Order: sequence, then structure tokens, then C-alpha cells
Amino acid sequence: MKSIFFLLMRRLRAPLLLLVTMLSLATLGLVLIPGEDAQGNVWHMDFFHAIYFVSYMATTIGFGEIPFEFTPAQRMWVTFCIYLTVGSWLFAFGRILTLFQEDALKQAFTEARFQKNVNRIRDPFYIICGYGDTGSALVQALNEQHQRAVVLDRTQEAINGLRLASLTTFVPGLACEAGLPENLRKAGLERPNCRGVVALTDDDETNLHIAISTKLLNPRLTVICRAETRETERNMHSFGTDYVIDPFEAFADRLFTALHTPNLSALHDWLSGLNPLTEPLNPPHGRWLLCGYGRFGKALYKRFRQEGIETVVIEATPDKTGLPEDARSTVEGWGTEAPTLEKAGIRQAAGIVAGTDHDTNNLSMLMTARDLKPDLFMVARQNREANTALFRAINADIVAEGSQTLAHRIRIILNTPLLKEFIRYSRGRDDSWARNLNRELAREIGSAPPRTWEVEVCEETAPVLVEAMHRNTTITVDTLLTHPFDDTRPMVCRALFLEREHEHIPLPRGHEQLKVGDRVLFCGPEISEERMRSLLFDRLSLDYVTRGQQASPA
Amino acid sequence: MHPEKVIFAFFIVLALTLNFGFFIGEHDDPAHHNVYELFAAIVINLIATILKLGERTQVGAVLLATSLVAVLQLLIAALVWGIAAHVSEAGLTPEATTAIVSLAGGAMLANFISVTLLVIDTVRFNR
Repeated sequence: MKSIFFLLMRRLRAPLLLLVTMLSLATLGLVLIPGEDAQGNVWHMDFFHAIYFVSYMATTIGFGEIPFEFTPAQRMWVTFCIYLTVGSWLFAFGRILTLFQEDALKQAFTEARFQKNVNRIRDPFYIICGYGDTGSALVQALNEQHQRAVVLDRTQEAINGLRLASLTTFVPGLACEAGLPENLRKAGLERPNCRGVVALTDDDETNLHIAISTKLLNPRLTVICRAETRETERNMHSFGTDYVIDPFEAFADRLFTALHTPNLSALHDWLSGLNPLTEPLNPPHGRWLLCGYGRFGKALYKRFRQEGIETVVIEATPDKTGLPEDARSTVEGWGTEAPTLEKAGIRQAAGIVAGTDHDTNNLSMLMTARDLKPDLFMVARQNREANTALFRAINADIVAEGSQTLAHRIRIILNTPLLKEFIRYSRGRDDSWARNLNRELAREIGSAPPRTWEVEVCEETAPVLVEAMHRNTTITVDTLLTHPFDDTRPMVCRALFLEREHEHIPLPRGHEQLKVGDRVLFCGPEISEERMRSLLFDRLSLDYVTRGQQASPA
Repeated sequence: MHPEKVIFAFFIVLALTLNFGFFIGEHDDPAHHNVYELFAAIVINLIATILKLGERTQVGAVLLATSLVAVLQLLIAALVWGIAAHVSEAGLTPEATTAIVSLAGGAMLANFISVTLLVIDTVRFNR
């Protein structure tokens, strides 16, 4: 893009040359043509006055004839010069102004500014490609955790939206084709503090391109991609894309977890910062109506069938979407109309999922369904962030927003991979386990969404801790959970997961001894994280804590 | 033969020769230094500078830099002349003339570098 500057300079040549030639010609003429002074003697204008005169003549300022009145010969020359210089001056001025207003130049300036802003970021950052609903939710979620981000989007409107978003840190954004390696490079792909790239555009092809460019140009980066089809997903995995997320699968997964194991779902939502920790509603058992058999509907239907839940699919355009093999449980028609819902057996149903990709239809379905059977358990799929107020007003039992789900899932992968491990582990447990844990956590930490953070016991991230271990001081999980200045006060914090080489220890006990190389996941309020960090970096704090520990058994 | 190259070289060499013509002579004698020659040197140097705008090569960048130096020196020389002749009481004294001529001498050195670079570049290109 630098070439635009050289091109501009070249285009400046002609107007500038014209200007210099005309002005010097006019000046020279004035100096050479003899004039008369006040007494009628022959007088030659000097260069100083000639330049002075030409300057105000060419710019049409026109102060008059100085220092003496001009002779007819001089006036003839000046008349000629006026048309010559004023014309070329206006022409040159106009040309230069248009050159500087050229879109290519403006774009070059915007890009240069963007690149400067990216280079100025000193903290670790992520490149987010695609600033739609999911992208903006992800930037917001990263921002809440004080993480830096850089945004690329195809449209200028999206970047304008980014400018208006209320973020506490500055997020540089550029409107450009994110799939081009050149643009990824501008966004800081090769900078040492770039941590990863998230490809969230709505085009699989672009996402694929971003993933492969990143893996080739900087293989050390974490790459997370959105993929809507199986083929793209497989393709992305084939060259080592770290995480591929199918938005419909992810969304169906979350909704199904909320319906099938509500306590577990509440735990996940709380840990990922989506919702406060509350006793979840218990969805009823029985027949479920599933409106919409698109990609999301299919993903959800598969899960319902696996659990053996009786499901009736309502689909308006089965020729486009296809239908499940079990034709008995299918109703053709709009779920927004009462006859269709009656036909699907709404009177005997326990719940309804309004799961089309059209928000207005989903709202309409729920309103019709409520008229027919007011005590129906209602689940709404919200597609657009802009419709939040409407979905709040309809008061469904569960409202699931796709982009938020996706954004928080990605944020967890980027920031706290151990939390992902913990969630995977928790899926293997039953709902009553989750209920007990939720009650414990709500009592200890409170119901507001906590911060989750990882501590890696290594030279870089916990120098003081490692040093103490080399001196044979016993460091346990409890050591880290002690208040660094006053051990009579409790630390509001909980250890959730411990990873040691390939061994996973969920919910580690307090006396679990830590070793170098361990990674521990904690959750708690922000102040606890800061206190814990002082134990990792401040020798005095750690000495205080370990001395207290040694004194207590004696 | 490329007509653009001819014009380019013509102006660069002319900038040096005019500059030299003005510079030569007793350094404090105004009679040896023609004001028209200074004017011509400035105009030709300006044109040479404009012609060098937008060259992408390393040599092009250095050529532009030397030209800018020459123009700057010559403009200051002209300014000194103007002040001496019209503003100050003393007029164009030998001291003022020395200052003007030495400034023009500096500009000539810059122009000389310019021409040398041009020659080196041409020779290297033809090999």
C-alpha cells in the first residue's frame, strides 16, 4: 500500500512543474522590462519586488502596482501574466486538493493509523475476524477480562459499530478483506504478543482462508474457527486448526444441556460469565414440540432422540430442509399458526422450542402457543442481538442467544483452557452433583459471575512460588488460598481443577501438594485473583503465608 | 534512449552548472556574482527537485535528498541577498556577498553529489 504515496508524488509533478515555470517566467519578465520611477527615470524592478508582486498577482490577492506606477509595457506583460499565472495556480491548487482527497490515499492513511495502533499494543492480544453479533460479543467478553483485541471486518459499518461500542480498552479495527494474508499481517499476526486468531465471518471460505494463512505465517498461534459445514470443519482440522466451532451444534448443545441437565447448565453459564448462579427451572418431562428443522433444529433433534425424548418436528418448508426419518413425528406447516400446533398435539405437549432462524416467527410461535396452552414450558432461540428487548418481554422460560453462547465459549478457550477441561469433566457427572456444587459455590463465592483464572507453577508466571519449592517448602492448594496479609481472614476463592502432566484432578483438595509444572484453575471475585498473584510474585507475602502454615501443626 | 531520462539528466546537470556559474569568482565581490544566475539556479533546482519526486528506489531517495539540500541552501542565499539589499541599511556589503556565495557553494556540493550519483547509477545500470 506504500506505493500509493509514490504514485501521488509522481502525480504532483505536473502541477508543481507548471506552477514553478509560470511563476518564474512572470518574475523574470517583470525584472527585465524597464519601468519608470516617480521622477520619470528608467528603473528596473528587482527580484525581491518582482517575486512579491507575482505572489499576490497569481493568488488573485492583488495589492496594486508597487513601488511605482507601471509603464504601458509593464502593464502589457502583467495582463499576459495574470491569465498565465492565475490559471496555472488555480489548476495546480485544484489538482493537489483532489489528489489528497483520493479514496486510495485516505484508505492508506487509515491503514497506517491502524497499524500504528496495533504496534502500540504491548499486552497479549487476539485478532478477531468478523465483527457481527458473535464478534462483538466476544470483544465485549474479552474486554471484561481486560484482554486486548484487534478487529478486522469486511464492512465499514461494522467498524463504525466498534467505534461506538462502550469498551474500556481501545480496540483497533479496520474495514478490509480479512482473508488476505497482507491484512492479517497488518493486524499484527506476526507480532510476538499476538496470542491467537479467531475467524468468525459468516463465510466458511473466508474462515478457511484465515485459518490456513495463520497456520502458515505463524504456526505458534491458537486458531479458532467458525465452520458451518462438516467438510469445512474436516478441512480446517486437517492442517491443525486448534478449535473448530459449528455455531449450530454449539448452540444446540447449550440449549440441550439447559433442558436435560439444568443445574450443570447453570454452572457452566455462571463460570463463563453469562448468568448469575441461580436455582434453574426444571423442565417438564413429556412430549416436546420442535419448531424449525434447519441446521440448529437438526442438531437439537439428534440430541432429543439420543435421550429418547418424544419429539414432534414442525417445519414449514420440508422440501428445503428435509425431514427426520421418523415421519410419524413430523408436522408440515407454520408453527406460528394455531391449527399446525394443534395438529402437532400441543395439548399433550410439555414444552415447545421455537428454533427457527427468524426471530419474529419465533416470537409469534410462542405467543400462539401460550394462547393454546398457558402452562407450556417455552424455549426461545434468539438470533439477533437487536431483539433482546422483545425476547425479554415475551417472558419465555429459557431464552438462548446464539452469538453470546459462542462468544463466551471462545473466550474460555482463549483465556482459560483449563475451564474447558473442567466443563468437559463436569459433563460426565450427573445433575445432582452439579446442584450440590452450585449450592456450595453460591454460599462460598456468591451468585454473581466470578472471574476464572489459571495459575501455572513455573519460573515465568510464579517465580517466588517455584523458588520456595526449590527450598523444599511445602506448597499446597491451601497455601494459595490463604489471605496474603491477614490469615485470619478468608480468601473468597475456590480451586476447580488441577492439571499435572497428563493427570487431571477435578476439584482438588486443600492439602493437595503442588509441583512445578502444575496448572490450577481458580474461580472467585477479582480481588482474590489480585491477592493470589501477590503470592506468586511477592516473597514477603509468600513467606508470611508459609510461616503461618508451618506454625499451625506445631 | 528514453526521453524522460534525458530531461531528468538535463535538469540535474543544468542545476549544477548554473550553480557553479554563480559560485565562481571572488567570494566577496558582488560584481562577480550575477543575480540572474542565482535566480536561474533556484528555478532549475526547484524543477530538478520536482522531477525527483516519487522515485521508489534507494538512489532516487538520495537524489531527492541532495536536491532538497541544494534548494534549501540556495533559497537561504537568496533570502540573505534580499535582506542585505533591501532591508539592511548597509546594502550588499562584501560580508553579505561572502555569506551568499558560501551558501551557494554548499548547494553546489549537494548538486555535485547528485550528478555523481546519477552517473554511478547509469554506469551500474548499463553493465
